[in-house]
Amino acid sequence: MATQHSRSAARVMMAPAVVLLLGWMLVPLIMTLYFSFKQYLPLRGGDLGWVGLDNYVRFVTSSAFWPSVVTTLAIVGGVLLITVVFGVLLAVLLNQPMWGQGIVRILVIAPFFVMPTVSALVWKNMFMDPVNGLFAHLWKFFGAAPVEWLSQASMTSITMIVSWQWLPFATLILLTAIQSLDSEQLEAAEMDGAPPLSRFAYITLPHLGRAITVVILIQTIFLLSIFAEIFVTTQGSFGTRTLTYLIYQRVLESQNVGLGSAGGVYAIILANIVAIFLMRIVGKNLDA
Amino acid sequence: MGQIQLNQVTKRFGSVEVIPPLDLTIEDGEFCVFVGPSGCGKSTLLRLIAGLEDVSSGHISIDGVDATETPPAKRGLAMVFQSYALYPHMSVRKNIAFPMRMAGIDEAEQNRRIEAAAKALNLTDYLERRPGQLSGGQRQRVAIGRAIVREPAAFLFDEPLSNLDAALRVGMRLEISELHERLETTMIYVTHDQVEAMTMADKIVVLRAGVIEQVGSPLELYHAPRNQFVAGFIGSPKMNFIEGPEAAKHGAHTIGIRPEHIAVSAESGPWSGVVSVSEHLGSDTFLHVHDTGLAESFTVRADGEVNFRHGDRIYMTPREDVIHKFDAKGLRID
Repeated sequence: MATQHSRSAARVMMAPAVVLLLGWMLVPLIMTLYFSFKQYLPLRGGDLGWVGLDNYVRFVTSSAFWPSVVTTLAIVGGVLLITVVFGVLLAVLLNQPMWGQGIVRILVIAPFFVMPTVSALVWKNMFMDPVNGLFAHLWKFFGAAPVEWLSQASMTSITMIVSWQWLPFATLILLTAIQSLDSEQLEAAEMDGAPPLSRFAYITLPHLGRAITVVILIQTIFLLSIFAEIFVTTQGSFGTRTLTYLIYQRVLESQNVGLGSAGGVYAIILANIVAIFLMRIVGKNLDA
Repeated sequence: MGQIQLNQVTKRFGSVEVIPPLDLTIEDGEFCVFVGPSGCGKSTLLRLIAGLEDVSSGHISIDGVDATETPPAKRGLAMVFQSYALYPHMSVRKNIAFPMRMAGIDEAEQNRRIEAAAKALNLTDYLERRPGQLSGGQRQRVAIGRAIVREPAAFLFDEPLSNLDAALRVGMRLEISELHERLETTMIYVTHDQVEAMTMADKIVVLRAGVIEQVGSPLELYHAPRNQFVAGFIGSPKMNFIEGPEAAKHGAHTIGIRPEHIAVSAESGPWSGVVSVSEHLGSDTFLHVHDTGLAESFTVRADGEVNFRHGDRIYMTPREDVIHKFDAKGLRID
């Protein structure tokens, strides 16, 4: 019974949560905006007063800005492509009845539980190390010269590491979606003369449309801000400096909080642009 | 053409034999109904014919050609599923076109067949809609349309009306029968509803636990059921069975009498009992009679005008010429 009374009671009850969430979001946002208009160098004189839009102009005109945007988008795009394609394939595979299904499914999900820092370190030292890494041994076994992954193929390496982490997430979501596919639809298509590949293309894939959209949207949010993987592997060198990493360098390595804050605002704008494009492209899948 | 022959067909799931060796011939142009209680293997049998399940042994031939190993799409059969199995992301037009698209039929011919099917099934106004925007009956018609355009050797229906409400079911039943009259194509129809079987079939196949109990026309099954199971399954309301001394008088272990073959009166008759419930349908009245001393409960179909109430004592006279006699194994005695 939604009387006037119960509605105002509900507002009072919800108020603490709303205030907390607003504070959580608004305080950092306002501080970022505040610092972005200041010349603030903690180790070189501290707060040096208002500078207007100087930080914004400096951040955009620096030679590192556009490459970092491109790098960010390349990593996001690459990881999305790999996780969606392999996620769909793995989901189809895991949906087949097989022996030890439960254990296999848990193993597939496992990478998602490994912390980004740890997984990046494992990849860096155990797989990609040019002297002792497993890949180096594999290359040597076939008589090839080991690849120095993180310097020679830095973007590929980072994309591989991040994809490995996010593939389980995509697989999991897509697997649950594929399980809800009515088997009679596949049988009907079979009777209608559709070979397996056509059944996949005309029945399974459209059925997965909404789940793929969810995977893309959620992953994009997290992938735009990947940091740990880059921090423990290339430190932003060899063309792997993303916008997030550039901001980190401005704030902590150059000790320029104002400039970094301006970069943070740009990161928000970039995220929104990406979000608009994504919703244009895949958003219609979410309408029932 | 669409003659389907099953020769010693069996089906096992693991160690469970769902269908013991079974022979059956369905003639070209026949409307054949598989009927039986749920779990009797009728759907499995249909899926074996469709090719969606592999036979464990035996042979299936279509038009005299062995089709046991033929994949479903190549058998030239079209199936209408219980859930309709429409493709939800495609429009009605694309749904109907799908089998033709897979067969590589050219666009003009596709459109001609779609228009013809849509006209026959009253779907012309709905061709651009998605299945989600249609009612149950319309979805059913789309599924039939998708089957018709393939011009199959035979149609397979797997309980197609079970998801519809009662009024719609009667309407669709009629439409499918009319469709059969018009196309003269073989149809195999699976149902657990004996009314559907009786009204639609040229030939009824009564199944129990994967075994064919009897094959025959609806009236053959009604007038001369081969055993007690068929006698009880065909006909509504159910046949009354009487054991003991009353049956012995007729020289049988059990006798059966259909509710419509009993006359009731308030004064006299060989059998008597007390009315427990009387169901007035207007045209008929079904009387459920207790305390007859013959069987647990007795059903009588009387005229719509009779006005017996709960607790009334009535007298019943069976028509002697239509009493069915069965031996101790439940088989018919003639």
